[in-house]
Amino acid sequence: MSKTIFPPSIKSRPVYATLEPRPGNAHVVIADGEGAEALADLLAKAPDRAAMLAQMHILYAPGPTGTDQWAAVQTLGAAQSYRAPTIAAMLPRLTKVVSEAHMGTQFYLTGTEGLIGQAEREIMMTGLPFAAIQKEHRGSTLRRVQCVHCKGITENVALDPFVCSHCGLSLYVRDHYSRRIAAFQGVNIDAEDPGLVPAAVERFK
Amino acid sequence: MSLDFKPELGDFFKDETFRDDFTFKNSPAAIARFPFPFDRDDYMYSVNMEPHISGRPGSVFEKTFDVDEHYVSEMIDRAKVLAEDPLRCQSLPHMTLAGWDLLELIMDSNARDYPQWFSLHKNGNQWHWINRPLGIDHKFTFLDESTLPYGPMEYITRQTQGDFSLQDERDGNLWMDAGMITTQADWSLDFDVGMNFMEWHAPVPLAHEKQVFDRALKFLLKLQNGSPVRRFNWTMTVNPLLDTAPETYPKWGPTKASLTQDNLGSKQHLRVELQALFRLPRSNAIAFSIRAYLGKFEELVTMPKWGRRLHRVLRDIHPDIAAYKGFARNQPAMVEWLAKYDDGKPTSPGWWPTPE
Repeated sequence: MSKTIFPPSIKSRPVYATLEPRPGNAHVVIADGEGAEALADLLAKAPDRAAMLAQMHILYAPGPTGTDQWAAVQTLGAAQSYRAPTIAAMLPRLTKVVSEAHMGTQFYLTGTEGLIGQAEREIMMTGLPFAAIQKEHRGSTLRRVQCVHCKGITENVALDPFVCSHCGLSLYVRDHYSRRIAAFQGVNIDAEDPGLVPAAVERFK
Repeated sequence: MSLDFKPELGDFFKDETFRDDFTFKNSPAAIARFPFPFDRDDYMYSVNMEPHISGRPGSVFEKTFDVDEHYVSEMIDRAKVLAEDPLRCQSLPHMTLAGWDLLELIMDSNARDYPQWFSLHKNGNQWHWINRPLGIDHKFTFLDESTLPYGPMEYITRQTQGDFSLQDERDGNLWMDAGMITTQADWSLDFDVGMNFMEWHAPVPLAHEKQVFDRALKFLLKLQNGSPVRRFNWTMTVNPLLDTAPETYPKWGPTKASLTQDNLGSKQHLRVELQALFRLPRSNAIAFSIRAYLGKFEELVTMPKWGRRLHRVLRDIHPDIAAYKGFARNQPAMVEWLAKYDDGKPTSPGWWPTPE
């Protein structure tokens, strides 16, 4: 099971497992923040670590709370290692890597839900088999939330309610997750009683 | 090419609004055929599906797709919703064939069931569709998108009351990959499109634990072409607002705080969804129709049995259901208003207004 303990949640929320080495002719690792530790654990379990690394392409970005384990990632010695400053900056390269992947490629997604969700969306849009994707959550539980009213996405939401970074409405974070959008749903909290916004609580860290 | 309406209301169809001045109301005949959803004095979630076969003459179950006095005005309201927000109608690229299946199902059904309003002439794939209430007379080529002003699902559902979603079947699940959703009870097609059956039902309380969705999915995967099924759902809506979308919640949310004992009878509506599911022949997709009927409390209590029963159902409902359906804040006021129509007499089983 995932190393992150989530509170009991709802059916549209993804379930995360532990990364396991699988036979493949290429291994694409997409990670952010503490996902570097899951990658280290994955390699420790590999039957032939050197062979796996020789077929591995790592795309890594620091986590949303500042965790940057690039130095450790770099020293693993994968065939290709790449550091992006943010997930958004990683996406163009990820799109190219995914579009050129062949059947038999194994994908390992690890780190925050925002990273996992956006990477999974890119992979699924190419039609590659769902079974070739493994996901393990590590690190921050900050959420990526789409405002249901203006459709803008606010990254790294910690507070509930929070202010939409696009339209300015106060939103509560609904436990409803869209894999197509790779985001939770945010709904105006004071729609029925405008101005009555409860104090924000830090729900996600 | 466009889909401009040239409505012909005649004596039957009403000119009314579901926004701004809210002139919608039901005629006495419409009240008498209102699909009151409670067959007993209490309510809990269940897999309440039955064959969608022709029911009592004059009832909403008589025809495959019920066309009633609100048809023309509902279609005008839908066109306004889509002009304001085109994301209410979406179809993922692989769903076009299912859209043609749906177009055929509705055109065939309505031309058969309502020959005075709809005609369909087929010469191979050259089809001629006439919709007299909306003033549409259109020749097109079946399965050729370039001969329609919209995709096939959007074209036909701009002319059909009720919301529609189209479910692709794969991996032992149903995926909501297309829909026309403008009369929804507070859910977002734009957010949910592409989800599977369990994912889009995720926010519903209590029912998952009762295995309602596991059993419903198993049942639906066995659905056969030509043997549609139906069920009821319901909620509460303040004002006759068909388009209670999450997108516009900041606009209509404040009306929930506007109820008083004096205006509740005319402003508070029981919103009933008659949902039907059809297996489609070419695509193997499942079409889901969600037809919303609005009934004002003051209209419903003209049937004594419904007044008694609605009072008891709302008084005793599980608080999680009242919260999920979004009427918890007004539940005490509704129960207070309805109490005067409940004399404590027993009610007969079933939802028909008679016998009491």
